[in-house]
Amino acid sequence: MSKKIAGWGNFPICNPESHQSPATKTVCQSLMAARPCLARGLGRSYGDAANFENIIDTKRLDHFISFDEDFGILSCQAGVSLNAILSIVMPLGWFLPVTPGTSFVTIGGAIASDVHGKNHHLNGSFSDHVISMDVVLGSGEILTLSADEYTDLFLATCGGMGLTGIIFSVVLKLIPINSNKIQQQVIRTPDLEQTLAQFSKYSDSTYSVAWIDCLASGAALGRSLVILGEHCAGESLAPGNNSSLIVPKCFPSFVLNKYCIKAFNSIYHRKSLRTHTESIVNYRKFFYPLDNLQHWNRMYGSNGFVQYQFVLPKDGGFEGMKEILVKIADSGEGSFLAVLKEFGVNNGNYLSFPIEGFSLALDFKLNQKVIKLIKELDEIVLRFNGRVYLAKDSLMTESTFKSAYPQWEDFMQVREKYGAIGKFSSDLAKRVGLV
Amino acid sequence: MKNILIIGAASAIAEETAKIWSSEGCNFFLVGRNLERLESISGDLVVRGANKVICSCLDLSDLDLHANLLDEVYTALPYLDVALIAHGVLPDQNECEGSVGKTLDDIKINALSYISFLTLLATRFEAAGKGTIAVMSSVAGDRGRKTNYVYGSSKAMISTFCSGLMQRFSESDVNILTIKPGLVSTPMTAGFDKGPIWSDPSAVAKKIALGVAKGNSVVYAPAFWFFIMLVIKSVPNKIFQRLNF
Repeated sequence: MSKKIAGWGNFPICNPESHQSPATKTVCQSLMAARPCLARGLGRSYGDAANFENIIDTKRLDHFISFDEDFGILSCQAGVSLNAILSIVMPLGWFLPVTPGTSFVTIGGAIASDVHGKNHHLNGSFSDHVISMDVVLGSGEILTLSADEYTDLFLATCGGMGLTGIIFSVVLKLIPINSNKIQQQVIRTPDLEQTLAQFSKYSDSTYSVAWIDCLASGAALGRSLVILGEHCAGESLAPGNNSSLIVPKCFPSFVLNKYCIKAFNSIYHRKSLRTHTESIVNYRKFFYPLDNLQHWNRMYGSNGFVQYQFVLPKDGGFEGMKEILVKIADSGEGSFLAVLKEFGVNNGNYLSFPIEGFSLALDFKLNQKVIKLIKELDEIVLRFNGRVYLAKDSLMTESTFKSAYPQWEDFMQVREKYGAIGKFSSDLAKRVGLV
Repeated sequence: MKNILIIGAASAIAEETAKIWSSEGCNFFLVGRNLERLESISGDLVVRGANKVICSCLDLSDLDLHANLLDEVYTALPYLDVALIAHGVLPDQNECEGSVGKTLDDIKINALSYISFLTLLATRFEAAGKGTIAVMSSVAGDRGRKTNYVYGSSKAMISTFCSGLMQRFSESDVNILTIKPGLVSTPMTAGFDKGPIWSDPSAVAKKIALGVAKGNSVVYAPAFWFFIMLVIKSVPNKIFQRLNF
């Protein structure tokens, strides 16, 4: 009997039949002979992307292999976390080329979800910086993939949600830095139009993101704090400490009610009197504001929550975003964390989420009303030719998925070609028809 | 630069301890059963700052090979600052109760192989006149319990043996460190339901590195196990018999 597992949203919950943690390549290969399986890292995808009946946990595949500190080329096993990488490479003047909003993800998971960061508009997704990776196929054979070798399988594996094989090890190109600090600018905007305009105005800024008050309505619809960042020039390179607070298991989820959230959002939006402020902040505060609050997902209670993230193409994106924000504001089911980001061009991976346009991510405490709301949002997103992020989704239907990700058929052909069908699967794959 | 020998280097606690030491730029000699795993750990330690890592694969239950292994170690590294002995298995208590052979096999790997290494290393360290021999015992050795006394008695033997060694070396700069972890989440204990008193291997590793640095004789890891075992040891037999843990 294995323990129950779930994604970061604690929904849906899955009861796997087996949960194995291979420690070597040989053991990993030998496990391929048995039942269909799925690699799982730190379980930070939100929905059911890392849920399945047979789990290959990569927690013991957590070794560094080599690091070229002159050129910033790191080689490590798939179970190494981004946090572990930073602790080693930052003191030597290197940083992750792309990082999501938490450092507690594995590098294998970062590739499988092809995660993006605040620099997507300039630097693309995580997999765009992968030089090569070793992947265990369903036959047990290991192939070294890159943009030039086994290109089709590389494109399918990056963003492929673990459905093409087990990523065993990765070679990644890092970026040089001179400081662990970020020069941050915060710009307060009164409405959606102004918010989106800031992204165009500051398109040269390395990092850009907006915190949006999705409970504001009327003239204030889409009011935001646009946050820009650049790596500082000098000073210390120390990676800094993790974790100070832990949310207890019994945290009362009623604390997060709509009145509290509305009040918080209003105060946060006006926390500075000036509309434009500049400061220097530690990189952890800038990139990983919630990593110091361990188990913050417990704040949403035992029923869990859904993080809904979609992207709309630029063409029509403003109208679509407006329609969705009105819908959310009307529903009153908002969240603390609503994050707006402008994406650059799509990288051509079959299932990678980012397409050029605007993306919004927000949390909903789970209840029946929210499930209905998300179905409605899915329809609007589809109507504006957008798509929902698989690493966060737990509710999308097969037909919505297949309309939003038109390259799913190419993806399946590559899976067929490399013997992945019937060997790798997940609860998400079954739900959206990638079987 | 420190020279460190780790026997049972693929054990989760040993590996975490090696990670801490690697940041000081040490030389390592790693001994374990699975060369592929050892080489993987070796690469990791080098990226984390280790200067040099040598791996050797050995069936540790073959006691006749121990002396040769140490010759190999001292050829590669002229002296040792630290030797950490950390290998072992968790016997299936039920199976052992029905099998003398199984019981003695488990005692051989968990206790006799330790005694063999300790005897050989004690001679080497005595000659050098300095260094630390750190040994994985367990709180399970403090009092035999029905659920794991085969494992516990092996650990009791190690603790008692180390206590004797500690006294033998009291006049020299050789330190004997007996490590007594409580419940630790490792691959060895993967089948157990974990509660709040379970610790991570990295927490135990920190205690070991600190114990070695400070020259401690016995460390409980985490420290609260000292008090738990103080209570368990003081329970009268009449009552202890009726306890079910």
